[in-house]
Amino acid sequence: MIGRLNSSFFQTASAAGTWAVELFWRAGSLSLLLVQTVGGLFLRPWRVQAVFYELWKVGVQSWFIVSVCSLFIGMVLAFQSAYQMQKLSAEIYIAGLVALSVVREIGPVITALIVAGRVGSAIAAELGTMKVTEQIDALITLAADPVRYLVVPRFIALIIALPLLTLWADAIGIFGGFLIGTLKLGILPSLYWKMTTLPLVFKDLFSGLLKAFMFGIIICIVSCFEGFRTQGGAEGVGRATTVAVVSSFLLIIAADCLITALLYFVWR
Amino acid sequence: MIEIKDLSKAFDNHKVLEHVNLTIETGKTMVIIGRSGSGKSVLLKHIIGLMKPDEGSVLIDGEDITHLAGRELDTVRLKFGMLFQGAALFDSMTVEENVGFPLREHTKTPPEAIRQRVRECLKLVGLEERVEEMYPSELSGGMRKRVGLARALVMSPQIVLYDEPTTGIDPIMADIINDLIIALRDRLKVTSVVVTHDMRSAYKVADRIAMLYNKTIVEVGTPEAIRNSANPLVQQFIKGEAVGPIQEGLPDRRVLSGWSMRRPAIG
Repeated sequence: MIGRLNSSFFQTASAAGTWAVELFWRAGSLSLLLVQTVGGLFLRPWRVQAVFYELWKVGVQSWFIVSVCSLFIGMVLAFQSAYQMQKLSAEIYIAGLVALSVVREIGPVITALIVAGRVGSAIAAELGTMKVTEQIDALITLAADPVRYLVVPRFIALIIALPLLTLWADAIGIFGGFLIGTLKLGILPSLYWKMTTLPLVFKDLFSGLLKAFMFGIIICIVSCFEGFRTQGGAEGVGRATTVAVVSSFLLIIAADCLITALLYFVWR
Repeated sequence: MIEIKDLSKAFDNHKVLEHVNLTIETGKTMVIIGRSGSGKSVLLKHIIGLMKPDEGSVLIDGEDITHLAGRELDTVRLKFGMLFQGAALFDSMTVEENVGFPLREHTKTPPEAIRQRVRECLKLVGLEERVEEMYPSELSGGMRKRVGLARALVMSPQIVLYDEPTTGIDPIMADIINDLIIALRDRLKVTSVVVTHDMRSAYKVADRIAMLYNKTIVEVGTPEAIRNSANPLVQQFIKGEAVGPIQEGLPDRRVLSGWSMRRPAIG
């Protein structure tokens, strides 16, 4: 009995140890890829055309889905707030509530999750396929650095496109709340607009854009990393894609919590 | 000259290569033969620095590349051209962009001169101008391989590595590729390392043949010496016989003889 307990304890300890080593190895590898990517930003020749192509894929092609999701989320936020605020006859505060929630949290986080699902998965699948078909090896044998060639243009595109998409998502989300506030709850448009801008300060916008910038880095580095370490065939590519999206989601939420804590509770 | 000294490599404690020693002289063609999964491609990847050995070294013209990294290793790699088993063409680029890629990356050659050079290389491997604007997905397996070969040759490398150059292409085109490997050696003094199962191709192009078996090189010699080798491992492999000392991964012959083609009852 004791022997069995001992054996199960050692198995659990061994699994925990393996998991911890894997976690540290992953954190180290992601940091190393980030350092190599930032280093690659300063190396010539710059692949301007590739950056514009990635900007098109990340920004323009995600624009519609981000717009639709933000509009509905702004409307839902207004509906849910109205449900509570009506009991206090304080519907007028819905405008500020929607604006603050969207600009500080919902805008950057929802945009990042959409882009992680849409673009991050595509990056992991594309790089994963390149890995299993030896295209990455071919790049290396042709003395072309895969990080500079494949990661840097995506990195630049994501850190530019995500803040811009977030700004757009903020505007559309506020507009969604505006539609419900004015058409359903009967708040005067001018009053709604005034109550929207009243509580908003520059720090709110800054924190949202800072988050979007950080989320762009996370999506790019995690997706490229998972693509580069793909092994096996189609199954390996599928696994890499799933891991890239799940890891990006987790890191985005964790980074969101950290940045909010730092900006609103540490450096007030 | 390429010198492989006492090279060993393992993946997750599974040894693939163990104390491999091989010398390939400048301007000569070395063919490495061996069964699938015997580590031939792994050995090829060590020669170009795609993999680092656990032990041992790889010397290219006297320079140990196992300790090189970054730009130093890239400088050595520019001496090489490599044809991958599946061609490894870049999916997002046309044939012209694929073949011209090394020139655009590493030289200041004007676009028109690159186009001209790409056309020459494609002609060399028997491809017409019309394929230039096609994407790899629009090409047959054999055409893709030839485009891969054109890309490997576009920088006029001193050393060319071929991973299964004749697999997946028709016998006539395979013979043309063999002639091309011979022509590169004779006219341009290119050093070639060819990994293949195709013994017909091996005998035709090789100056020397090395057989890889059980993680190490078991025999090296001229095609004639290999053909007349007294080593039963070599004889079984070159004759392609199921009976012999090599039995790993082969089905039990007793099972085969007792197997019947009874169809399972359906329904």
